[in-house]
Amino acid sequence: MQDVHKKVNSISFSVFSPQMITDSAAAKVVTPELYDREGYPVDGGLMDLRLGVIDPGLRCKMCGQRLKECPGHFGYIELARPVVHIKFVRHILDLLRSSCRSCGRVLIPEESLKRYISLLNKLGEEEGFESRRRKIKEIVAKYKIKMKCPHCETKQEKIRLEKPYNYFEGDIRLSPIEVRARLEKIPAGDLALFGFVEKKFRPEWMILTVMQIPPVTMRPSITLESGERSEDDLTHKLGDIVRINQRLFENINAGAPEVIIEDLWDLLQYHITTFFDNAIAQLPPARHRGGQILKTISSRLSSKEGRFRHNLAGKRTDFSARTVISPDPLIALNEVGIPLSMAMHLTVPERVTEWNKTYLKKYVENGPKKYPGANYLLKPDGKRKAITPETQEEIMEEFDTGYVVERHLIDGDITLFNRQPSLHRMSMMCHKVKVLPGRTFRLNPAVCNPYNADFDGDEMNLHIPQTEEARSEAEILMLVETQLISPRDGLSVVGCIHDAITGNYLLTKELVFGREEAINILHTTGVEDFSSLPSKDKIDGKEIFSVLLPKDFSFVGRDRAGTTVKISKGKLVSGVMDKANLGQESGLMLRNIFEKYGSAFTAELLGKISKLGIVVLARRGFSIGLGDMDLSKVAEEEIQIIVDKSVEEVAKIIDQYYAGTLQSLPGRSKQETLEVKILEVLNKARNKSGDVAMKQVTKSNALIMARCGSRGNPLNIAQMTAIVGQQALRGKRIEKGYKGRTLPYFKENDLSPKAHGFIRNNFKTGLAPFEFFFGAMTGRDALMDTALRTPKSGYLYRRLSNAMQDLKVEYDGTVRDASGRIVQFSYGEDGLDVSKTTSGTIHVEGIVKEVTQG
Amino acid sequence: MKKEHLKKIRSYSGKIPKPVLDKLEQIMPDNVSDKNLSSIMEMTLASVNQAAIEPGECVGLVSAQSIGEPGTQMTLNTFHFAGVAEMNVTTGLPRIIEIFDAQKSIKTPMMELFLHSPHNKPENIAKLSAQIKETLFGEIVREFSLNIFEQTLAVKLNLETMKNLDLEVKDVVKIIRPKAKTFTVEAKDDGMIFSYKGKASEVKEVYNLKEKLRKVRIKGIKGVSQVLPVKRGEEYIILTSGTNLKDILLLPEVDTSKTTSNDLYETFKVFGIEATRQLIIDEVFKVIEAQGLNIDIRHIMLVADIMCAQGKVKGITRYGVVKEKESVLARASFETPIKHLIHAALEGEIDNLTSVVENVMINQPVPLGTGLPGLVTKMK
Repeated sequence: MQDVHKKVNSISFSVFSPQMITDSAAAKVVTPELYDREGYPVDGGLMDLRLGVIDPGLRCKMCGQRLKECPGHFGYIELARPVVHIKFVRHILDLLRSSCRSCGRVLIPEESLKRYISLLNKLGEEEGFESRRRKIKEIVAKYKIKMKCPHCETKQEKIRLEKPYNYFEGDIRLSPIEVRARLEKIPAGDLALFGFVEKKFRPEWMILTVMQIPPVTMRPSITLESGERSEDDLTHKLGDIVRINQRLFENINAGAPEVIIEDLWDLLQYHITTFFDNAIAQLPPARHRGGQILKTISSRLSSKEGRFRHNLAGKRTDFSARTVISPDPLIALNEVGIPLSMAMHLTVPERVTEWNKTYLKKYVENGPKKYPGANYLLKPDGKRKAITPETQEEIMEEFDTGYVVERHLIDGDITLFNRQPSLHRMSMMCHKVKVLPGRTFRLNPAVCNPYNADFDGDEMNLHIPQTEEARSEAEILMLVETQLISPRDGLSVVGCIHDAITGNYLLTKELVFGREEAINILHTTGVEDFSSLPSKDKIDGKEIFSVLLPKDFSFVGRDRAGTTVKISKGKLVSGVMDKANLGQESGLMLRNIFEKYGSAFTAELLGKISKLGIVVLARRGFSIGLGDMDLSKVAEEEIQIIVDKSVEEVAKIIDQYYAGTLQSLPGRSKQETLEVKILEVLNKARNKSGDVAMKQVTKSNALIMARCGSRGNPLNIAQMTAIVGQQALRGKRIEKGYKGRTLPYFKENDLSPKAHGFIRNNFKTGLAPFEFFFGAMTGRDALMDTALRTPKSGYLYRRLSNAMQDLKVEYDGTVRDASGRIVQFSYGEDGLDVSKTTSGTIHVEGIVKEVTQG
Repeated sequence: MKKEHLKKIRSYSGKIPKPVLDKLEQIMPDNVSDKNLSSIMEMTLASVNQAAIEPGECVGLVSAQSIGEPGTQMTLNTFHFAGVAEMNVTTGLPRIIEIFDAQKSIKTPMMELFLHSPHNKPENIAKLSAQIKETLFGEIVREFSLNIFEQTLAVKLNLETMKNLDLEVKDVVKIIRPKAKTFTVEAKDDGMIFSYKGKASEVKEVYNLKEKLRKVRIKGIKGVSQVLPVKRGEEYIILTSGTNLKDILLLPEVDTSKTTSNDLYETFKVFGIEATRQLIIDEVFKVIEAQGLNIDIRHIMLVADIMCAQGKVKGITRYGVVKEKESVLARASFETPIKHLIHAALEGEIDNLTSVVENVMINQPVPLGTGLPGLVTKMK
């Protein structure tokens, strides 16, 4: 059944000649009518059955195939008068200007012509088409000002283009017929100079005498609910063209006055122009009757919604799912919880062999409604059968090896899991299926970071690879544990977060459990061998944590507070576990484990550790409240003194400023200096009072979180308990607002901290109205910043990835682009893969230590 | 360290990257035994080989992602005051975009002038910086007075400022004279008088002269609008806003081996393409570091390399790097697809489907990674 691979080797582009258009056409279109009275397509109309079928049931008159089988066929119309193709206008102008009006030769003397052509060919070979194109431009620009033909000595007239498509020689308009006649005269040999292919192209083809009609499959009509047909924009436009063309024919045959013919000719030109491009600056765009602008060929191709970016560079897939995500710390790092109902709709094809026949038979028996079942059966002849209660009996009879069963998802199946925006390769990783009840995808919170996911309503996508090749590639290259280290900086992207860190911190710091409870906790994290647990009645947290560690693991590091963390022979001797050792990015202990035991082990251990943390925390209980923000009277007074002092100091500086005794900093004006100094003093005040607060708040859970790095930082706590501090807008104090003041509440030219966004209160006591307003100002500024930044950085990323997507490392270690040009002789100057290094380098210290210390 | 040990370590050059070897030299304990040394070297070599990049790896995309992803975290704040005595510099996302676009005129052109000793000492630095700073005539003028009837322009100079700048009236007159050819210039104690040589025709002449004179450079180096001496490590350097490498490098005081500008095109013109590549790397790295982000230098290098691979600076835009692509469809899928298709048709271009998007478009495996090997297994 394996399909034979057809391979497209190359695609060549060229211009259709009139001959080719008529030869390749399936029908000549002669009438603007679409359907006859029965609603049947008219022969020789735009919906002619020879141009393809869009109605189910009808057969194409050309190839005899049905809807979706017939690719459609081109037709043509013969234009009564030639018309300029709008997209070639520039090239025609260049040709007209640089060729002789009487003999048609290029206005370059014979000798130089040969020289130029050989030069161009050489350039094209050596430096590529782009520099060749530039050279052509140069030469053409040089010669189109020549006023006398070097071949036949005819004097040249100046030719100009009146946009969008009228050519004038001096003051006389050149009709497309005349233009075409001139282009016909240009000999083939001279064309190479312009970069046109000699044999496949004639310049007169740029003036249309016949026009291709795209197949109906390209412009299908929609049948509305009322049974009325609504035609595609292109069909509308083509209808206009055919109608005007017919009228032009009739008028010419009837010998109508020249004016009328000219008018119709212009109209035909307009319609054909807007058929190709409906956004020409000088032309009014063609519209629907309702005033809506028609979407013609140009707008179909370009932009994000165009054919290229929307349909060709981006694809849609079957076997995919999307829903809300929610956390489940109890599933493994590389698993994804899938709702049962989804697992019964998504399928994996599995070929029936002697070895899996029994259980696949079971699935088929279960059918689509009972889990685990199967939805479809593929016969060896390629036919596809839905498994339903009616067909089941029949299917069961013929079921045999060689059939392919599309069975439901079961635990352990390979899937790809993705969250937009997919900014880096960790945004799509391979997870193994874990079918769970419920209606959401479940994922381990430790992998939130690479996806940048949270659970406030985020949705994610899931894809089921359908071939063995795809599955193995996904499993080997994209599985979560293969992506632990970011290729961006060589640091880990997964680690314990939130409760997992807090739990382990408390566990290793202070908790003591009874033996039974300890065993209970460990068992929930998946440990079954408790032999390494000391035989005591009271077991402290460090000992519980140590059970998870490998027995031969030794490590010396530091925690966030700077105290030493020591693990020897798999026992945590001193220190606590916090973000510095368990978290992502730094995650030192985990990193050491990774280097020694590999990725699979690390992922498993990480899962266990975070489970342990969460279980412990759940047993102990953990919450924060207003009480966490309480300060003692003493502390509050102390803060008051600090703030008052700073305000005084600021007042002093302001006095100095007015007195003119303030020394200005180098490169700054007096006023700037003042601002800088004030900011300095006020920031110091905030930091100092923050420190006081941190010292005072002792039995606070918020502080525990800030300490171990699971959530929040000292600044947050200081802002809640002590003082919010100076609000800065674009690096300065707040100045905007009224004349000489920020708010009408203040006096004019008040330079005091209060009047320029210094918030003296804290979030617990609440802000004064003007303080709140300042806070809102900075908040709004931050919001704006993000809103403006996202599209900018998105565009930067798109450009980067487009420019660099074809760079790859070759077998010789060089980095080259698609055309084989060398960009780097060795990737990154040393040929190392960042994601395999320790933050960009080889960890030699570790090696030296390992060898010298045994 | 013993000589033979050093020799042993050095013998691995070519197999182990230089930074790693340097590090090894540095941290290798003096008393290491020969046996241990060889096993250290072998282990290092093994881990270098293990960390080697694999053929077919799509390094370009990885780099693009590594730079693009943290882009969302950068601030948009254009100006940044690093410390107290620093200049206004474009940082954050705007600067990154500026560099990758290879924009011809940048928002805050800057130079860092390193000086030869003894000019890099604090006592000498102020004088030199004053010399470099561009002073326009308008800045030393206290008052312009126009006499319409006599067609004269009297200028009063600010002698105090001039003294600070080490200028005298006669010097100024000397510089100014050739700029006002249709006028006679008469020097005075605190200024000068310009009188129109020709017939008294229009007031405009005198007025135009005034405007013209304002912008005449009296002193300093063209384009250097601001100077700031700064201590960098042990020595003092001068930061300037506005660049003019060509003229600055002619000054004997300037250390040409260290002095840099942050303007890509200027660096390219004066120092060449290799220097430009290094400048791109340094500038981008500086911004990323200032934002507290962490991106491996290899990614930035690759971008810099692709921008400079043609021997000229090419921006990552539809006019730069993308335009140079061979594939029609790759170019068309980026921006302005119709233009590229028309060109391709007229010139009879052939797309050989060697890169990524083209193959995605026609549903074929992409020649990267696992799509690269041309192995075919025989089907029974």
